[in-house]
Amino acid sequence: MSLTLILFLAFIAVTLGITYWAAQRSSGAGAYFAAGRRISAWQNGVAVAGDYMSAASFLGIAGLIAFFGYDGFMYSVGWLVAYLTVLLVVAEPLRNAGKYTMADVLAYRMNPRPVRAMASISTLTVSTFYMIAQMVGAGALVSLLLKGTFITFNMAVVGVGLLMIVYVVFGGMIATTWVQIIKAILLMSGTVLLSILVLGKFGFSLSNFFNAVQHVTYTANGQQVVKDFLQPGLRFKPPYGALDLISLGVALIFGTAGLPHILVRFYTVPDAKTARYSVVWAMVLIGSFYIMTTFLGFGAATLVGRDFISKNGGTNMSAPLLAQAVAGNVFFAFISAIAFATILAVVAGLTISASTSFAHDLWTNVIHKGVERKPGEEVKVARITAFVVGAVAIAIAIMLGPTANVAFLVALAFAVAASANLPVIVFSIYWKRFNTAGAVWGLVFGLLGSIVLIFIGPSIMGVDGKHFINHAPIFPLENPGILSVPIGFLGAILGTLLGGRELTAEEKFTELQVRANTGIGAEKALAH
Amino acid sequence: MAPDAKAPVAVPGKSEIPTKPSADVWDHVADMDEFKLLLIAKSEFVIPAVIVFVVYYFLLPISVGYFPQFMDTRIGPVNLAYLFALSQFFVAWLIAALYVRGARKFDDFGKRISENLEKHDAFKGGR
Repeated sequence: MSLTLILFLAFIAVTLGITYWAAQRSSGAGAYFAAGRRISAWQNGVAVAGDYMSAASFLGIAGLIAFFGYDGFMYSVGWLVAYLTVLLVVAEPLRNAGKYTMADVLAYRMNPRPVRAMASISTLTVSTFYMIAQMVGAGALVSLLLKGTFITFNMAVVGVGLLMIVYVVFGGMIATTWVQIIKAILLMSGTVLLSILVLGKFGFSLSNFFNAVQHVTYTANGQQVVKDFLQPGLRFKPPYGALDLISLGVALIFGTAGLPHILVRFYTVPDAKTARYSVVWAMVLIGSFYIMTTFLGFGAATLVGRDFISKNGGTNMSAPLLAQAVAGNVFFAFISAIAFATILAVVAGLTISASTSFAHDLWTNVIHKGVERKPGEEVKVARITAFVVGAVAIAIAIMLGPTANVAFLVALAFAVAASANLPVIVFSIYWKRFNTAGAVWGLVFGLLGSIVLIFIGPSIMGVDGKHFINHAPIFPLENPGILSVPIGFLGAILGTLLGGRELTAEEKFTELQVRANTGIGAEKALAH
Repeated sequence: MAPDAKAPVAVPGKSEIPTKPSADVWDHVADMDEFKLLLIAKSEFVIPAVIVFVVYYFLLPISVGYFPQFMDTRIGPVNLAYLFALSQFFVAWLIAALYVRGARKFDDFGKRISENLEKHDAFKGGR
């Protein structure tokens, strides 16, 4: 176990070194918020992958496939295909027309204060939910991995929180980017290695491997059962399973293009063309990774087994336990350290996007009407916000404790991103008549719609005593996307039509359209 | 680049402060044939591409959700459901590759628009 600790410490040392280096170089808002816009296509592509592939991907999907087979793999598919929405619809216009945040584009044509305020609330909501899920996961994981050492859940949560605060407060976007790049490279190499080792256990024969996948043995209700794990329907069961699966798909493929911590990455590159190539780089990495979840998940199902995983830390431990089963303790330590790095890189990305939105949208543009009173104030506010965000996330994660069911928080983050952010982004760029009321209504409807539907759904309500509310669920689906995304679009359309014509918004449409499509007037990379 | 690229006009990027082109620049660009052609070329690619990938993607949860028995049909070592899911990755990569190829044309339009704009601004600046 101490080897895991040594690898953790090595990763921490390297990333703190980078943070120190970045802190020396970075000065000014452009450097702090957008890494000087000098990140190259491959670097940003790898960083997007590192920002995106969270604990939910690496540990969560491996666990879902290990326990429910094929249905878990459905997440993998959606999480890659989602990048087509980013590539075709959002990345380039956003890079061309914005500066630091998603709200830059949303507020471009509109009355900026209400739109920015709502966009910032939506950003903070998505980031906070997502971050709490990561922090609780990190705490549970680290305390489990380091069982036998002195590290407890609370210490692990505080440690992760403090590290992310240090990266973001001192290193800004440059340090965050490099933490994400290193993590992505580690995660990819670990996954490739683990996949090869799994296949090796089957004599490098895919047909042997899949044959085993079709005969997975585990104990259910005290009885041994043999299941075909390639068969759909082990998790998403009738009567609502099919609809839930479709609803999940809606949130995944439209939510990614509304995740603020992913969107801000496109401000770190010099121009829209680089943003485009960086999405392609990200798609190559993310796609390869999710295809390999086949070996991680099914490998854990066949080589480790549900019963053993349940007794040794539960679904989230599937990938580390698989590493132990195929290559012993050293590899277990390596994979565990990667899981730790994975969480850190994601929480750093979330923290910087949340604090950028608070400083740039709420502080400078809403409270002080677009005027930075002192030079450097925005960066200073962002640093303080990062500290506060980190402290709040630590406190909430400790309050919830290691056993909290937090998977719904990630579902919620994707649902809010798809239902509140995406409709307003799309209409801002592509619909001339769209106006301030439409943007505000779209954000409010999408945000409230997804939160309410999650809270009256089976994640929160249930009659088995394990749920927050002891009542049969009012809304039958775990994933609200299929209803909340149309609610978001409907809100945006209704607001626009009822809000009356807004001439300035329509006049500025030409300006936004020219900027978004040509890059004329776009923010440029900073010189050294 | 045009020889007058260093003229103090709407050629952003020469300084750390981005130039704010004046309002009539946007209308001028919007009126250019190249810009209209760019918008047409983009929507001719992006709209069908979005429809294709959204339809192709949702066929997966619909088919495995409503026809799990049929999707469990054996094909080689795996089944139809797994192959269909796997195909999603390759279709996504293919659409991305086609887009990158198509987008070179968009970049060409963009370049011509900037060149035209420099002439326009030089003209304005000269008088």
